[in-house]
Amino acid sequence: MSNSLFGSIDFNSRALELQAERGRVLASNIANADTPNYKARDFNFQQALGAATAATAAGRAGAIEPARTSAAHLGGSSAAVSTVSLQYRAPLQSSVDGNSVDLDVERANFAENSVRYEATLRFLNGQIKQMMTAINGQ
Amino acid sequence: MSLFKIFDVSGSAISAQSQRLNVVASNLANADSVAGPDGQPYKARQVVFQTQMFGADPASAGVAVTKVVEDNSAPRKVHDPQNPAADAEGFVTLPNVNPVEEMVNMISASRGYQTNVDVMNTAKSLLQKVLQLGA
Repeated sequence: MSNSLFGSIDFNSRALELQAERGRVLASNIANADTPNYKARDFNFQQALGAATAATAAGRAGAIEPARTSAAHLGGSSAAVSTVSLQYRAPLQSSVDGNSVDLDVERANFAENSVRYEATLRFLNGQIKQMMTAINGQ
Repeated sequence: MSLFKIFDVSGSAISAQSQRLNVVASNLANADSVAGPDGQPYKARQVVFQTQMFGADPASAGVAVTKVVEDNSAPRKVHDPQNPAADAEGFVTLPNVNPVEEMVNMISASRGYQTNVDVMNTAKSLLQKVLQLGA
């Protein structure tokens, strides 16, 4: 029951979590645009989403399960612990202070990530509305 | 909500950049100060940025000013025998502030500040959209 009703909502919420995480990584790069020896980082979104959905299917490795004191209790788990592997971005132009942040690249990525985040929110909204329509039966 | 962390990250960058702007302002203000409180000419100052991690989370890295260093390069000497601060040979020792460098520093700091404000605004509007989810 749970899968057919909430499967795609679950998928989109994973995507939303990862997009928020990517936003954080990119914000860190922008914040450290003037820090000597800082190396810009990012992660492969496709791989991370694949790993996150696989982890969901396999019972969420690393998630914390609440204790069940009765057989009638429903199972549940917290969000899986973040599994993204951060990688260093290959610099387009090297700088003398060892910083590899290209502000234009980071800003473009941040804007793109924000649009994707908004798109995911829209999908989620649509699914919730669909469900409300089904519940109301009108 | 992990998007809230963006405010910590960009906020730390904003305060670091404004500190840098502060130092630039003092350097420019004192570009012609022949004597400070200790009787010596003013020395240009620079901030040192360092990455600051928030807890064990590797994804969010803020920035902090760890120290303010003084520029120890040689002071400027100008020949001006009429000046009361002139030495026996008629030279006045002026601070080693380079106004051109300071202006560049100022532009860089204000751009950095603006960019981080933009990032925070984007994060804020996204979070507001999350609040309206399902409405």
